[in-house]
Amino acid sequence: MSLDSATVRRIAKLARIRVDEAEVATLQSELNAILGYVEQLAEVDVTGVEPLSGGAQMAMRLREDVVSDGDIAEAVLANAPDRTGPFFAVPKVVE
Amino acid sequence: MSLLNLTIAAAADALHAKKISAVELASAHNEAIAALNPRLNAFITTTPELALAQAKAADARIAAGEAAPLTGIPLAIKDLFCTAGVRTTAASRILEPFVPPYESTVTAQLLAAGAVFLGKANLDEFAMGSSNMTSGFGPVENPWKRKGSDARLVPGGSSGGSAAAVAARLALGATGTDTGGSIRQPAAFTGLAGIKPTYGRCSRYGIIAFASSLDQAGPMARTVEDCAILLHAMSGFDPRDSTSAERPVPDFRAAAKRADIKGLRIGIPAEYRMDGMNTEVLRLWEQGIAWLRDQGAEIIDISLPHTKYGLPVYYIVAPAEASSNLARYDGVRFGARVDGEDLIDMYERTRAAGFGAEVKRRVMIGTYVLSAGYYDAYYLRAQKIRALILRDFTEAFGKVDAILTPTAPSAAFAVGEKMDDPVTMYLNDVFTVPASLAGVPAMSIPAGLSAEGLPLGLQIIGRHFDEETVFAVSAAIERAAAFTAMPEMSR
Repeated sequence: MSLDSATVRRIAKLARIRVDEAEVATLQSELNAILGYVEQLAEVDVTGVEPLSGGAQMAMRLREDVVSDGDIAEAVLANAPDRTGPFFAVPKVVE
Repeated sequence: MSLLNLTIAAAADALHAKKISAVELASAHNEAIAALNPRLNAFITTTPELALAQAKAADARIAAGEAAPLTGIPLAIKDLFCTAGVRTTAASRILEPFVPPYESTVTAQLLAAGAVFLGKANLDEFAMGSSNMTSGFGPVENPWKRKGSDARLVPGGSSGGSAAAVAARLALGATGTDTGGSIRQPAAFTGLAGIKPTYGRCSRYGIIAFASSLDQAGPMARTVEDCAILLHAMSGFDPRDSTSAERPVPDFRAAAKRADIKGLRIGIPAEYRMDGMNTEVLRLWEQGIAWLRDQGAEIIDISLPHTKYGLPVYYIVAPAEASSNLARYDGVRFGARVDGEDLIDMYERTRAAGFGAEVKRRVMIGTYVLSAGYYDAYYLRAQKIRALILRDFTEAFGKVDAILTPTAPSAAFAVGEKMDDPVTMYLNDVFTVPASLAGVPAMSIPAGLSAEGLPLGLQIIGRHFDEETVFAVSAAIERAAAFTAMPEMSR
């Protein structure tokens, strides 16, 4: 399976990474090299094998559904690139 | 006595006996960093004043008779661990301005033990790399040199700054993280010991996420015992990490000091003997087998049939998780922002400017293998083969107590080598990735020098939560290898 340039542009769009036209060809060949390398997985018989999603040898733990932290708005906002009062500021979304 | 060349164990003894002070120890390291870091670039951020303040507090604690084994010990902290009030970048330009308001659990535990933090160590961007060449803050130079050559070598990665700092005697030990080999391969490239513990042993809380089902913190130091001391302080259950293991932390130091390995069964996996393998690496592996046999271990040939699929599985699973984890860098809540015409344009420009080439490649591969129509063919299939890799280890550990392999396929390479295409670089992790996928503990021990005078490492892999056997076997290799070589610049 080989990616064409349109697919590379589509992936970049999905990943929210701006890609200039000049970069597409390089990315296309690099991504295809990686996909070509992982292609060998197709030869493994995985019939009846349950997928393994994680390294933890345990069931997922649940915690009490209670507030355990909060009231730290200033700490949360301290790293904001832009803010207006107690809010994160972003470019206008709704006209 | 050089303060820079002490082991952590010896420094702790000297501190407790009041032969040296923590302030003297921190000052000596601050000076060494000021002299060598401009060349090595092992630290992205140095914190000499903070280190001195922590050292003063450590001296007071020792005077009050309340010292722990790490009190007053100067460490380098990989810049992937959030440190409250100290900039944390993950070596990415997108986090250049980020100052965490909170402390990671692992570093909080080290601070509680009285450790002194010298600064934040360089790494591959978001821990994605095997050479430290992908750092947004410039590459790290390995303090080691090939005999008769001045070529700049890489320290390995992603914990390359941690490795270079400890090898160059700029810190007594360091924290690293390991997703597919990021502690073990740089340890091997710089003549250090380093362990990736069992997945779940160290809390991931406050460690900037790369691939959450694989990421594990661990120590890097000059001896097995020093790694055991550090790992003991770093480990333990943390309710803030949903995959943290609710288990007691064993006495790792006692395991590292275990006197013999008689009767232990050591597995030698046939599949790690690869076509075209570096003959020096092969010879060292055979030497390691002989060392363990001479000390009374039983050597058993084993098979891990899915070994060759480890790397391709990793290069689907890790980018998939990374593409999801790195979605948070959007220029809204923290980090750098590049303005755009609208919200989407701002996201795209911010991420294009903030991420380096390797991070972009991995996020895009991850996005692709998770996208509609390709999820089953790539991601789900990779997860199934990951289960087969775990089964290989489970079956092997029915017959053996630990597994011995090389750590990396070669010694440290030069800047510019292996950099023609991404896949060539990925092959560095061929021996380390399977243990990561299975979640089992694995340690690299310096075991010898190449003909060119560069360190080579051997890897010990153990059962889930059996770091003790890993430490005992590693110590046996360490005793036999008697590795005392140092980089020329530190002699």
